[in-house]
Amino acid sequence: MVNCRCLTKVVCGFDFAILLHFAFLAASFLLRLVVMVTVCNVSFMAMFTFKMGELVTDKHVKYILSVEKRKDDFESVVMEHLRMNGAYWGLTALDLMGKLDVVDVNEVVSWVMSCQHDSGGFGGNVGHDPHILYTLSAVQVLALFDKMDLIDADKVTNYIVGLQNEDGSFSGDMWGEVDTRFSYIAICCLSIIHRLDKINVEKAVKYIISCKNMDGGFGCTPGGESHAGQIFCCVGALALTGSLDLVNKDLLGWWLCERQVKSGGLNGRPEKLPDVCYSWWVLSSLIMIDRVHWISREKLIKFILDCQDKEKGGISDRPDDAVDVFHTYFGVAGLSLLEYPGLKPIDPAYALPVDVVNRIFFKK
Amino acid sequence: MASGSSEVEEEEQERVMLRDRPEWADVTPVPQDDGPCPVVPINYTEEFAEVMDYFRAVYLADERSPRALSLTAEAIHFNAGNYTVWHFRRLLLELLKVDLHEELEFIERIAAKNSKNYQIWHHRRRVAEKLGPDARNAELQFTKKVLSVDAKHYHAWSHRQWALQALGGWEDELDYCSELLEQDIFNNSAWNQRYFVITRSPFVGGLKAMRESEVLYTIKAIEAYPENESSWKYLRGLYKGETTSWVNDPQVSSICLKILSSKSNYLFALSTLLDLICHGYQPNQDFRDAIEALKIPDLDSQDLDIASMICSILEKIDPIRVNYWIWRKSRLPHVAQ
Repeated sequence: MVNCRCLTKVVCGFDFAILLHFAFLAASFLLRLVVMVTVCNVSFMAMFTFKMGELVTDKHVKYILSVEKRKDDFESVVMEHLRMNGAYWGLTALDLMGKLDVVDVNEVVSWVMSCQHDSGGFGGNVGHDPHILYTLSAVQVLALFDKMDLIDADKVTNYIVGLQNEDGSFSGDMWGEVDTRFSYIAICCLSIIHRLDKINVEKAVKYIISCKNMDGGFGCTPGGESHAGQIFCCVGALALTGSLDLVNKDLLGWWLCERQVKSGGLNGRPEKLPDVCYSWWVLSSLIMIDRVHWISREKLIKFILDCQDKEKGGISDRPDDAVDVFHTYFGVAGLSLLEYPGLKPIDPAYALPVDVVNRIFFKK
Repeated sequence: MASGSSEVEEEEQERVMLRDRPEWADVTPVPQDDGPCPVVPINYTEEFAEVMDYFRAVYLADERSPRALSLTAEAIHFNAGNYTVWHFRRLLLELLKVDLHEELEFIERIAAKNSKNYQIWHHRRRVAEKLGPDARNAELQFTKKVLSVDAKHYHAWSHRQWALQALGGWEDELDYCSELLEQDIFNNSAWNQRYFVITRSPFVGGLKAMRESEVLYTIKAIEAYPENESSWKYLRGLYKGETTSWVNDPQVSSICLKILSSKSNYLFALSTLLDLICHGYQPNQDFRDAIEALKIPDLDSQDLDIASMICSILEKIDPIRVNYWIWRKSRLPHVAQ
């Protein structure tokens, strides 16, 4: 009312009723404009999605759930000992697609716990020796289901602490294989169970930095070729220990964005073929060092979507290849990082849905 | 106890199921416990299932015998990724005092079928470690064989690096890298190995001592294939810790100019020139002329300074990374606004 009065003072000579009439016209015009813009946005999104292809979520859910009774399937046969990893890939992908509830929590959890050894480490399956790889996956799966209270944190910590070597590196198990993958796994796992302070963090970081190469990337051991998978592990470990200042983000960012090839996909090293799993390793690394805008988001999304088997579900390493749970997870996780609609956001360092990470750190 | 030959014979003959072999009659196989409703249940071939059932029996009984050793070999043939089987095999190798040279041969046979497998390489390292310097030639030969099939095989390179450091054999390594690069100048692993040798070999004088000859080598490689990301990165790496030397070395700037003047595959030449300028290099008129001669259409004529011009060109010729080049432009030390 005050404004109308001011207006009539300024626009002297105008009849107040006419002014109101114009105001009403303007308002209804604005309303129509808003409606039009919304409709345009929706149809633009539809067009956008159509042009880019769509994520056949339901098919992927069916595929993941069906990764079972397949006779004479070599892939199934060789996965028996790493079922814990397989469970993490499948279940996290389901959670990102909002379908974790189709799985029976109690069955999964009791199976996970049956893979734990007295040492505190978890094996890849029932009756398998403990290994740091499966210990992280087990903890991550329990986190997905909000069953952290089942974890004897001291026991798991003991196991992992026992795997740190003098130089700060980590072994995978009692046999002593050293790889920066294990540095990430140790740090990620202990961070999730709030026991990161139990290892020698300084030495762990020092070892990781010793694996930094002149191109800004990281390898599996000092002098090892820079590889996107190892880079994810090193950057992730540095992120979780608050040591990202030790990374040359501009140099590494450039190395990482150079992974994008013409097709839009990402490779893991120079002059190698693109592979969907690098949509995770490269992408999460870029996000952690705050350089993800240096790649073409649209082209990468298109590449990942092209790797789907739209009939049977599942995602493969590159278009028209055979699908597997590993690449299905990394494709979905990559799309989540790219904020593809309909997927829950995923944390690039913990490789768990953001709401799960929040629950770990903020739940009382 | 020979771990190798009996398996070879078996492969050639038709395979007999364990339940039909008299030497296994006393063992009750233990089936896989998937629980009532398996989470990620797996389907097995019948033969594989049987082998694993018998393995489980000996593993649970902790039977450390020659037949158990043979069984691990069969299990590994079916599934070389099963780390528990490898673990048990190592315990058996130790106890039964198996000839480790034969074990190396066994591993090589398995690797022939599935080399992209962490367990094989890890096991190989454990065995080679035990053999010590004796294993040196075997390890270099083995990795060379694998690399002859896949010259970028990450595990093979990792193992080779370990072998050189633990067992020696550096003397011929640089030549080996040159050999591989001759076959494929784009092999990033071979470039990485080259760097590994010149920085870590006890037989060369270190990076600085090697720089001159390596720069010559790298420049030749760049001239041949200027679109090769690895060679440009390697060149930069030769001046690690001495950026001023890199900026001031006329060989570096002149190779950029040469490639630019060729008007072909000049992307990395441009980005290297950009890096040089950002570190204080002042390009002369030849560079400006060469860039202008590229005749890039629709260039922003406002880019009077050469660095901005380079960024604009890179935005155009490397559109997938346009955001990176825009950022580089924004970070130029002397951007005139």
